[in-house]
Amino acid sequence: MSTPNNLIDLQNVSFHYGDGYVLEDISFSIPEGAFVGLVGPNGSGKSTLIKLIFGLLKPQKGNVQIFGKKINKFHDWSKIGYVSQKANSFNSGFPASVFEVVSMGLTSKLGLFKFMKAPHRKAVMDALQLVGMSDFSSSNIGELSGGQQQRVFIARALVSQPEVLILDEPTVGVDANSTSDFYELLGKLNKENGITLLLVTHDIGTITDKVTHVACLNKTLHFHGETNEFEQFNEREVSGFYGHHVHVLSHDHDHGGI
Amino acid sequence: MIQALWKFEFLQNAFLAGILIGIIAPLLGVFIVVRRQALIADALSHITLAGIAASLLLGKYFTFWQGINPVYMGMGFSAAGSLFIEQLRKVYKHFEELAIPITLSGGIGLGVVFLSLADGFNSDLFNYLFGSVIAISRSDLSAVAVITVIVVIVVTLLYKELFFLSFDEEQANVSGVRAKWIHFIFILLVAFVIAVSMQIVGVLLVSALMTLPVAASIRIARGFKQTIVYSIIFGEVAVLGGLILAYYLDIAPGGTIVLLSALILLVVLLFKRMKQWKS
Repeated sequence: MSTPNNLIDLQNVSFHYGDGYVLEDISFSIPEGAFVGLVGPNGSGKSTLIKLIFGLLKPQKGNVQIFGKKINKFHDWSKIGYVSQKANSFNSGFPASVFEVVSMGLTSKLGLFKFMKAPHRKAVMDALQLVGMSDFSSSNIGELSGGQQQRVFIARALVSQPEVLILDEPTVGVDANSTSDFYELLGKLNKENGITLLLVTHDIGTITDKVTHVACLNKTLHFHGETNEFEQFNEREVSGFYGHHVHVLSHDHDHGGI
Repeated sequence: MIQALWKFEFLQNAFLAGILIGIIAPLLGVFIVVRRQALIADALSHITLAGIAASLLLGKYFTFWQGINPVYMGMGFSAAGSLFIEQLRKVYKHFEELAIPITLSGGIGLGVVFLSLADGFNSDLFNYLFGSVIAISRSDLSAVAVITVIVVIVVTLLYKELFFLSFDEEQANVSGVRAKWIHFIFILLVAFVIAVSMQIVGVLLVSALMTLPVAASIRIARGFKQTIVYSIIFGEVAVLGGLILAYYLDIAPGGTIVLLSALILLVVLLFKRMKQWKS
């Protein structure tokens, strides 16, 4: 049974490619308005879980529900924005302006044979405004820094006004300062703009002060709940599934970092 | 020159065909170059030659076939070749670039064999290899015109999908762009444009018209649309300038057009270097 305010809901989902489960008996949900951090080491099945949410893979067991509908009945994909891990691995010589990159986000919303009109152009500028990149709209995307590019890709995901934004390891290849600004931006999008967020990362330490919910994944779901409960979740268990000692709750942000 | 242009139909054909090809070759070239498939035009032009040779061969045995413009069979071969390349890319997933030399050498091998069977090693062949302005007939011109209209309409209608796919295929797929179909349509357009452009610049030089103007444009344009506009402007300058120069200097138009494109590229690179040096 899915509660109506769970935008994404996985029930007892298991998945395997060949032999051996990649994901086993996962029950995982994203409530409306939440900022969920999904953490797990490399190879823990995070990317597989995202593919299940987008219906790119079908689970062998269990159900996936999106906006209260069974996944095969759900078609309104513009409600879910996605920023891929590989978003900034594009060819940096590609001659596209920031404005044009963000407009790509309207492709499916506009549909075939439709052209951008004034309101669409405004939506692009609004999305850029939201991520603080409006001054760069006519720059070529390759001229920007990694952190700026990441903001542009967020804007591209936001321009179709999705209700949920899924970010897969978005800070890979972005320097530490930009990364913390970036989490700041995500927190703002969640609190002020009411966008539900799923942030997938292996970087467990830095996110626990921003997110409202945490899920720890390594083949099975080791923890899934609100952040304050997670803080009592003992460190030994986390390091147990990470396979080495990790500092989970090192919130030294007040000291301005390193 | 102006007088000659009024007087001689072949000159009119050459200039009109040149103007149209100067639009469509760089237009498709932009998408090809940003996808790093610049060599695909070379492979397809060689396959087109095989098609033209096949048509000449059929003309030798069937008289009625002689009335059919060899360009059409060239287009057919080019289109089949483009689909063959896509298949090869899938077979050699980790060696995608192999598709190009396989198709290119297969095409030229087939072309040479057909030509020898058709007794085609004559001045006609020279025209196909290096282009011949004089050889452009009204029927060739109308083929170019039809292809131009089709290309401009299709690219306009599918612009945002083509752009998205070129930039980030994975994300485009997630957003519901039908990559397979759009690839298919695009590669067919490329095949047709190569088949019709061949007559002006020839098999060996046709890819230059698709890549050199884009190579120049990409250095100075801001944004994708501007890249397209500059590419077309450079393409037109090269084609029209090349035809005029060739007329006055009495040199091969195909080669002149390509050299002029290269010169434009050089000027743009120098301009860019000077601008960087100043700032």
